[in-house]
Amino acid sequence: MKTTLRQVLRSPRFMIGFCTFFLLLVIIFSYPIFNPGDPLEMIGLGTFFKPGTYVSLYDSVDAPRIYTLKLADSAANRIAAKLLPQDRVDMKDWLVLYGIDEETIDIEDTRALLELWWRNYDPDLRIDGMIRARHNAYVRLDRKLNGLFNSEDLTILRPNPETGEIEELLVVKDSDYVNLQDVVNVRVLPLGTDNFGRDVLRQLVSATATSLLMGLIAGTIATFIGLLLGLISGYVGGWVDDFLMFFINLFTVIPGFILLILISYSIGQEERSATTVAIVIGLTAWVWTARSVRSQVISLRNRDHVNLSKLSGHSLPRIILTDILPYIASYVVMAFILQISTAILAEASLSMLGLGPKTTEIFTLGLMMNWAMKYTAHLNGAWWAYYPVILTIALISFSLNLMNTGLDQVFNPQLRS
Amino acid sequence: MSEQIVNNNTDRTPCMSGTGVTKIFGAGANKTVAVDHVDFAFYPGELISIVGESGSGKTTLIKMLLGLTSVTDGDIFFMGNKRDIRTRKQKKEYWKGIQAIFQDPFSAYNIFNKIDTVLLDCINMRGGRKLPKEEKLRMITEACEFVNLKYAELTNKYPFELSGGQMQRLMIARIFLLRPKILLADEPTSMIDACSRATILDMLMKLREEEGMTIVFITHDLGLAYYVSDKLLIMEKGKIVEQGAADQVILNPQHRYTKQLLADVPKLTETWHLDDEAGPATFIRANPNA
Amino acid sequence: MGNVILDVRGLTTKYITRFNEGVYAVDNVSFTLEEGKSLGIAGESGCGKSTLALSLMGYYFPPLHYMSGDIIINGRNISQMAPDDVRLKVLGTEIAYIPQAAMNALNPTQRIIRFVEDVIQAHDPKASKKDIYDLARQRFEILNLSPDVLQKHAVELSGGMKQRTVIAISTILSPKVLIADEPSSALDVSSQKMVIRMLRDLMEMGYIKCMIFITHELPLLYNVTDDIAVMYAGQFVERGTAKEMVFDPLHPYSKGLMESIIVPEAGTREIKLAAIPGTPPNLKSPPEGCRFAARCKYAQPMCQSSSIRFLELDNARNYRCILPEVELREAYGRE
Repeated sequence: MKTTLRQVLRSPRFMIGFCTFFLLLVIIFSYPIFNPGDPLEMIGLGTFFKPGTYVSLYDSVDAPRIYTLKLADSAANRIAAKLLPQDRVDMKDWLVLYGIDEETIDIEDTRALLELWWRNYDPDLRIDGMIRARHNAYVRLDRKLNGLFNSEDLTILRPNPETGEIEELLVVKDSDYVNLQDVVNVRVLPLGTDNFGRDVLRQLVSATATSLLMGLIAGTIATFIGLLLGLISGYVGGWVDDFLMFFINLFTVIPGFILLILISYSIGQEERSATTVAIVIGLTAWVWTARSVRSQVISLRNRDHVNLSKLSGHSLPRIILTDILPYIASYVVMAFILQISTAILAEASLSMLGLGPKTTEIFTLGLMMNWAMKYTAHLNGAWWAYYPVILTIALISFSLNLMNTGLDQVFNPQLRS
Repeated sequence: MSEQIVNNNTDRTPCMSGTGVTKIFGAGANKTVAVDHVDFAFYPGELISIVGESGSGKTTLIKMLLGLTSVTDGDIFFMGNKRDIRTRKQKKEYWKGIQAIFQDPFSAYNIFNKIDTVLLDCINMRGGRKLPKEEKLRMITEACEFVNLKYAELTNKYPFELSGGQMQRLMIARIFLLRPKILLADEPTSMIDACSRATILDMLMKLREEEGMTIVFITHDLGLAYYVSDKLLIMEKGKIVEQGAADQVILNPQHRYTKQLLADVPKLTETWHLDDEAGPATFIRANPNA
Repeated sequence: MGNVILDVRGLTTKYITRFNEGVYAVDNVSFTLEEGKSLGIAGESGCGKSTLALSLMGYYFPPLHYMSGDIIINGRNISQMAPDDVRLKVLGTEIAYIPQAAMNALNPTQRIIRFVEDVIQAHDPKASKKDIYDLARQRFEILNLSPDVLQKHAVELSGGMKQRTVIAISTILSPKVLIADEPSSALDVSSQKMVIRMLRDLMEMGYIKCMIFITHELPLLYNVTDDIAVMYAGQFVERGTAKEMVFDPLHPYSKGLMESIIVPEAGTREIKLAAIPGTPPNLKSPPEGCRFAARCKYAQPMCQSSSIRFLELDNARNYRCILPEVELREAYGRE
């Protein structure tokens, strides 16, 4: 026993898998402690806010101290940020029509582009073939570009609460800064928000916990049913085996996932809680465990130690519990790990089809994918709404499978090197 | 031929006998007759050897005698009565009278149970569950002494920590505690070294002499069978082709198969004729679909 | 003295276990084998006889490691050769090895002729299929195997037939030395006899020059080989002709082993079987002196400490014991 444990702990595959999984668990348990809050809370009005730090504009004005910083590239940065991509393309088009070699124009280099523009652009110059509306549009663009260099101060006005008169509150110069520490309302959204304006990271942590729990429930149910049927069918044999095998074969030929969809569908959206879905997954996933446990038991059934146990007058439950079960325990543990992994994947697939748990109560990884898909996150470029979810699912199934193969190497003598 | 044997021993009742014992596996096209209408009688205190090559049905016959496999046809008599082991209670009672030693000591023990458990089970089976602890300990120590093992060195150990020979001796200690009427020994020495073989055989002889046990010895080794037993049963393809006193069967074989077996075994004083025949006529396995 | 084909000098190999412990499975084994002779190696399970067979091939793969010594076949030392050279230039042409479960090595999806082609083409890539077939057919016929077998699949053959087929294929390149490790132990006695007959034919027809036959069945060795060597705890303890070894063993261990022989013959029932108490030493840390001392009836205090040489008697007989021949015989005579 001890050496087996040592071998398990020495298996690099098992340890990598175990550490990955353990890290996930640590994050799941520690994140809500450091960042408490309801993952269902809709904090953003609007869909798919980008990942980043959100600073309250309103409270920035009231920051206790304004700092003046002279940063050399601040103006350039500002202009670069204000110059829209469409304007850049328009500028390039004009310059090409004017006769500049297309190859020499780099629309990403703001400074060079603007220099080229001012050197060549003349509002009075008429380019052949250009319609008037287009010409006027370029005149407007030129004016706008000139406006970019306007570095006049901003004046912030506020009605006086007593008199109702509008008073000047603050004049903001282009070199004025506030410290983020001084601003009252700052919110970091490392993975942005989803379509309902909910914090994706908080959602992801809570969804991972739910999915793992569902995997555990489904895996336990599936392993228990599979083990029970496999043991009885394999050990008792005879007509009991024939009957159970008929039952097991029936489930083998029915595609499990379709059965899962039908059951989920017939339960109805309102009745589907995470537990119900987990139970349904567990009830459809036991087939392979039952089959393989049965074949293992059949090979054990005729072993001499079982015969010896029979000759010692032991009862059937005792033989199964002491002479059969310990021998297949390692195998059952491996099957259990694999069941958890497949159950999590099954939940994700089911929820993506819209047959997962009720959407308004709980998060699961599959539901997050479902929403991202429904609100076309992939078309909006909102990668943060689905990539982290895919990665988490992959990580869970990767770590569990790695643990499984690691155990397999230790327990399966044929794979031992 | 079996009738002759029975007639020779009319003064005693056999402790185990069988008439027309048959075992068929499968049905229809897959039907395999493993044991084919076998008649036999074992008398108290005898040491009988069943000799046969692999596939001769000797292991299946043993399993039927032990009640581990059902009998397709024929009757088995135990202590003069027709055997009835349909219920679990009857089986338990039956197994008090008949026990076995298996061929491979490495697979005969549950690797999760300690040696103490194995031996205590035997005491419990003999109805010693309520005995005081000291009495149980005394019985176990006695059994270990019988097979030249020291209980102090075995306690709290697992069987796989012992050598093959020691494990097989432990198996005999188990038999010593159970004291069955009949012991079926299925190739008990084939997996252990020649040097330990004599020890195991000595202990089996001691069981027979001191406890009056009837021992049925199953082996493929004609020499060993001849050395240990009073009576030999030669099996070929599920049938008993020759049976009789050991000297008679070995030194004066009657059946073709026994003669062939004897000729095929390498010996020390007689020359081993390699060229006496071309071997079995059909060396290519028959096509089952043909 | 005939032409020496195989000369092994001080061969030592060890297993390195998972926990980095060394097990000296073959320790300082030396022997020579002349043309036309066969040597039988006997011993208990775990004494290193199968490891010796593997070591003699000169092809080492973990956990078995070569330590020291020479294996000289026909004047060529193969113990220092690179594994790939050994595989291409030695195996099949110089040495052939047949393990107990050789018959299970046949891939059931291939016809037997494919294996023959594989063996020959590994050494001669240009050999044509026709030539290979003709050679195989001729060899099979000589060895009393039906050439029809060449077109069959392994599953169609019985166990003994498969084993004989494997032997015929392994020796198709006429190797100098054949190492047979329990080639017939898994077979019925009738099949065993045919396997032995084939080995004898190979020797008699000169397809193999000499043979090493490993088994724990002493009556078989007595009938098959010219010489017998008894191995104990990785070392040879005695070597002599089959007759001497069986009827007049010198070493106490060989004596014990020979006294455990039972054959179905008149007089067998009168023999008192010998039992050697105790178990062989742990080869992770073998005892300094005689390895058998702990189990030996005739052991003396000196046996435990001084290392024992492999003595050679004048009649080409070797044994490893501290006692001289005369004293041993006296001791045996007293019983």
